[in-house]
This record gives sequence, C-alpha cells and structure tokens, in this order.
Amino acid sequence: MDENFPRPVLDSDSRPFWEGLQRHELWIQYCSLCHQHIFYPRSICPYCFSDDLVWKQSHGRGTIYSYTVVHTAFGPFAEETPYVVALVALDEGVRMMTRIVGVPDDIEIGRKVVVTFADLAEDLTLPYFRLDVG
Amino acid sequence: MTWLRSCPDWGEKRVVRDYVAAIVGVAESDLGFTPNRTVLQLQAQAAKAALDDAGLTRNDVDAIFTAGNWTWAPNLMLAEYLGIQPKYTDGTNIGGSSFEAHLGHAVAGIRAGLFDVALITYGSTQRSDRNRNRLSPHSVLTEQYERSFGLPVPVGAYALAAMRHQHQYGTTSEQLAEVAVATRKWAQMNEKAFMREPITIQDVLNSRWIAEPLHLLDCCLVTDGGGAVVVASAKAAARSTKRPVWVLGHGETHTHNSISNMPDLLVTGAKESGARAFERAGVARDEIDVVEIYDSFTITVLLTLEALGFCDLGEGGAFVSGQRTAPGGEFPMNTNGGGLSYCHPGMYGIFLLIEATRQLRGECGPRQVKDARLALVSGTGGVLSSSATVILGRD
Repeated sequence: MDENFPRPVLDSDSRPFWEGLQRHELWIQYCSLCHQHIFYPRSICPYCFSDDLVWKQSHGRGTIYSYTVVHTAFGPFAEETPYVVALVALDEGVRMMTRIVGVPDDIEIGRKVVVTFADLAEDLTLPYFRLDVG
Repeated sequence: MTWLRSCPDWGEKRVVRDYVAAIVGVAESDLGFTPNRTVLQLQAQAAKAALDDAGLTRNDVDAIFTAGNWTWAPNLMLAEYLGIQPKYTDGTNIGGSSFEAHLGHAVAGIRAGLFDVALITYGSTQRSDRNRNRLSPHSVLTEQYERSFGLPVPVGAYALAAMRHQHQYGTTSEQLAEVAVATRKWAQMNEKAFMREPITIQDVLNSRWIAEPLHLLDCCLVTDGGGAVVVASAKAAARSTKRPVWVLGHGETHTHNSISNMPDLLVTGAKESGARAFERAGVARDEIDVVEIYDSFTITVLLTLEALGFCDLGEGGAFVSGQRTAPGGEFPMNTNGGGLSYCHPGMYGIFLLIEATRQLRGECGPRQVKDARLALVSGTGGVLSSSATVILGRD
C-alpha cells in the first residue's frame, strides 16, 4: 500500500466498525430509544440525542444512491483511475461512501448492491460493494 | 442609529426594509497567478484599495472578519499585519460561503451597536503554492469513513450530486455546459478575468472528464487572489464617498460536513438561507435585477437556483438553457465571469459580494446590468455543505 494512502485513525467511536471489517463483517449502530440505524458511528444519536446506542451487524445489502466515475485523482489514487466511488443506501436506512467494484457498463443509480470486503493491508479492510446480480 | 423605511407598496403585509448597514468599499487584490505575493500581502492590498474606495481609513475599522486555512488563527495574524486591534472579530469558516455569512454577522453586530466599520478580507496563493492536492496519510475523526475510497474532493462530491440530478430529472450535460458558456461570455467583458477565450457547449462536452458527469470546463478555476469588503453602519456610510449598497436581508445555514451525510443530494441549504434572506429583505424573486451565485461547478449553480426558488426543483437545467444567464439574456448571472472563468482562489464568496456591489453602483462598464437596483448573492461552501445568501439594494 502506498505510504501516502489516507489510513483511518481508529478512535473509540470507530474501532468496532473497523475491527468488524477485519472479520469481513459490516457493523453499524442502532439507537435503542428512537429505533433508527446510525452511520457513521458516534457517541450520541443524531436523531434523538440519546446516548443509548448499540452495535448491529448489517446485512450488507443496499442500493446505489449516486456514483461517479473518477478520471482525475491525486496522490495514492492517481494511478488507479478510472474507478467508481458511490454512495450506497443500506437496506437498514443509512448511507455510506464506498467503491463499486467489478463494474460492468450497466451501473446505474438505484441498482441493488451487496458488500464485498477488500483487504488492502494486513490491518485495513474496506467495505466495497458490487452489483447484486443474484 | 437604525434607519427604517417602510415600503407601502407591499399591500397588507407591512414590509420594512432595513437600512442598518451598507457595503461602502470593495476591491480585489492582484488576481490569477501571483507567485511573489503572500496571502497577507494580497489581503493588505485589497483592504487598502477597498478602504480607499469607501473614502474611509484603516483607523475607521473596528471589526475584522476573515477566513482561510493559511494559519491556525487567521484573524490574529491578519489583524496584527494590518495594525488593527478590533473591537469585534469573527473568523467564521464554513468554506466558500464564509464571506456572505460574515456580511450577515457584520450587519447583526452593527445593528447591536457593537461597532461601526467592518473589514472583511480573503486571500489565497493556492495556484502558486501548488500544494492543494497534498493529502495527509492520516484520516481522523469523521473523515475516516470517506477518505480511503479516493473520492477527489471537492469535485467528486459535486459529481455525485450532478449524477443524481441527471438520473432523477433528466438534466443533460449540455444543460450544465450552458452555465459554463454563458459565464465565459461575461468573462470576455471583464478584463480582470483569467479565462476570456470564447467557448461553446461542444467545447465543454469535449473537455476531459474529471469525475463523471463533470468535465474540466464544468469546474472552477484554480487561481491566486484576494478581496476585501468594507461594511459600514448607516452613520458611518454617510461619511463614505461611494453610494451605499444596503444589506437588505441575510440567511445562512449548514446542512452537513461530508457528502455522505447531505440530507438530500438535490436540495442545498440555499433553500433555507434564501428563504430567510428574502423574508428579511421583503422583496420578491422577480424583483431581483442581478444574481451572483457561487459557481464552484456548473451543477452548483443549478442546485442553488432551484433551492432559492428561481425555478422548481429539477427545473434548473431548463432554466439556464438557451443562454438565459448570458449577457443580454433575461436572467443576468455571474456577471464578472464567475469562479468558472474570472477567478477562484479556493474560497470565492467574497468576489460575489464585490461584483454585486459594483453592479448596484453602476460601475461595470460593458458588462453593466442596466438599472440594477436589487442583487442577490448566494455562496456555497464545502461539499454543498454551507449556504449563505444576502440581498443587496441601492437607494
């Protein structure tokens, strides 16, 4: 991995998320009071301000909310172009940034996608998505 | 002293226009490529010229507003450099719209009687520095959920919005290009503009992809440059040599920080900031003579026009078609050539205020919008994150 790759600096909000990815599991938070899923992880519910949050494993399925094909990139990403960065709406109701990999030409907003785990380094796994053709 | 004048034309709803504070001086520094200038020099140059423009002096300034990323506390360094110890200081930084927010805050401070003359400045040497794309290898706090995916920021975030706009509303790349072409026509009439060669819609479509669906010519420039705006109380404005440009209304908000967390990619904070500015000013959309809208990217303009209510959501592409915003069109917009063709030193919002002021003073020569009395300025910052809108008017 490029030494300039922007690596996440784990903190006590994010650690369960990143550690779950290392096990190839996608974990997100859930508010026990207002019953909404939450992403990104934090210490307080942005909907109702409760601090009674629990972790739940996501099913890892969702739809493409939007995407872009990146043709000009900088630093560690410059050589990878073109690649697809997307916002995916998980079925649990949260939205996250990701890459769409294995992309055929028929990528489209609204297409169903499923998580796939990209082990970029021994201690770094990212949640990418691929089109759900099944 | 607060001056209030009523406008009896407004029927049963009693609308009171606000003549609390005015822009009385504006200026740019050297623009474009300024390799021998520092950000402090650019701001000093612009500040001196703006105070000269106002007929006021450095010693009249009792409030300082600035924003930038060139040091840890820009207000401290800038005020020291200029030899100012202000009564009031505000370093609000919400990205490119910071200066529209500063103007609103300055009016609020003047209304409260806290100071009389505010100096708003900005400066950047980002083109000369060539360091804007240097990325930290550490992604901390809430950045860590996005940066590892390699979205080029800000352009990639705006591309996500543009792609969804095209999907949801059928907006075309040709419609986005209309904005770039019209804006370039204005730049041809501004000798300070960085890019003045005429372009066509086909030129925009033929320019290379940056992040689909945005081409190179859908994107703002990367230039150096600085600007300054002098805001005065009604009392201080009476001492100024220039015709006052009154701040009639202001609104601001921010809706998110990272693009993943934008509540709706197709509705910007201009919906809120615009509604508040119009309400405060007590004017209607069809009364506005000239519009200066932050054009970081062509899609920014469409989203802002829709959110401000100049057209319905989704209608932005049709609205700008047929070169409607170009010189001679029925909706004069971004009359200095915009961030797309005139200058864009990282945070562009101060230049919107400078141009709107000059239009309302009738100083714009070949690009002057005839009899312009009311102007709307709307800034956008971050990744469609912040919005601040002001409505300006002359007597």
